[in-house]
Amino acid sequence: MLALYLRDIRLSTRAGGGALTGVIFFLAVIAVVPFGVGPDLALLARIGPAILWIGALLAALLGLDRLFQADREDGSLDLMLMAGARHMTAFTVFVKCLAHWTGAVLPLVVASPLLALFMNLDPVAAGATTLTLAVGTPALAFIGAAGAAVAVALPRGGVLVSVLVLPLAIPVLIFGVSASYAAVAEPDPFLPPFLILTALTLFFAVVGPAAAALALRWAGD
Amino acid sequence: MRLIAEGLAGERGGEPVFSGVSFALGAGEALTITGPNGAGKSTLLRVLAGLLPAAAGAARIEGGGADWPDVAAAAHYLGHQNAMKTALTVTENLAFWRDFLGEPHCEVDEALEMVGLGDIGHLPFGYLSTGQRRRAAIARLLVSYRPVWLLDEPTAGLDKASEAQFSALMGAHLEDGGIIVAATHLPLGLAGAELRMAEGAR
Repeated sequence: MLALYLRDIRLSTRAGGGALTGVIFFLAVIAVVPFGVGPDLALLARIGPAILWIGALLAALLGLDRLFQADREDGSLDLMLMAGARHMTAFTVFVKCLAHWTGAVLPLVVASPLLALFMNLDPVAAGATTLTLAVGTPALAFIGAAGAAVAVALPRGGVLVSVLVLPLAIPVLIFGVSASYAAVAEPDPFLPPFLILTALTLFFAVVGPAAAALALRWAGD
Repeated sequence: MRLIAEGLAGERGGEPVFSGVSFALGAGEALTITGPNGAGKSTLLRVLAGLLPAAAGAARIEGGGADWPDVAAAAHYLGHQNAMKTALTVTENLAFWRDFLGEPHCEVDEALEMVGLGDIGHLPFGYLSTGQRRRAAIARLLVSYRPVWLLDEPTAGLDKASEAQFSALMGAHLEDGGIIVAATHLPLGLAGAELRMAEGAR
């Protein structure tokens, strides 16, 4: 399983892997917001965490449709499904999600404190947003895996995956943003929304791969 | 160990492709599947591998013990695709499959040597020619052990010398007590039974 994790990370950093695509998209989204909203620093600081979360959400969805499609096209997916007796398919999916998160989404989390400067966030808010992104974005990868598995046979399934995945990603977005706000807005407690966000990630870590494994099993042709 | 298929039927998109295929192969036996395009050779192999649900009947392994509970677990499947990543080197690809599939058999270098690719393991898989890619995929059968080989047009794109090399590898696998089911248009130099699938066979 470590071999699969390392292979997928290697693939995401090699040519055509697209590890940087997400970060550049994220940067582009965040960089244009101040121009669109105008130079009102207080307003930027107020909407900052939400914009960072939305940017990260969309950037995380970018490469998702290739999660299984690339493996299906070159035949690797067949062998992974056949190895189901040795490595439970849901666990294989889980490892692929972790690798996708490390390769494509972790760079977004790392870049977010820097991009928080664009949004005039103070250090506490920037730290809180980065922390909630680190905890919440794995859920996006796990939810996305289920969508990617359903759309694996469709040649241009990217948009479909995003549409399938977005409704399920909304709770993650809501609690991620509210936890980030709670860290700076004084009366709101930080911990409850943060713990719900953690719970969402753990919940989808189980449900997402299981659903994806089921979808992949029935997508064979 | 025996590979047994009983009354297998397969369908594609709801259309029956073949039905009533039964055979039993013991250790060291090979089955060659021939027939025109569209006769269902690939579908039969995918049904055997458990990648497609059988419309009727079942395939099973008898006497496989705990190691090889079903056909999917006991079989290597070499399909039309080579299951290799073009961005990784040949050695990285094979080392991954060796780890992932388990039951390590040959070393990666050794397997590459056996398919005549000893000196290009460091190249990205994408740089290889069609025949070399096929040989690298064949090396995958060697790096990790499976008693059953399910081969779909294994020699597509291979030159004469590589074909001979591959038929020697298959011979060695059979001598070890392996089982081979191969769909092909080209003679593979395999002794053993032949299953001829006619178009629209019932």
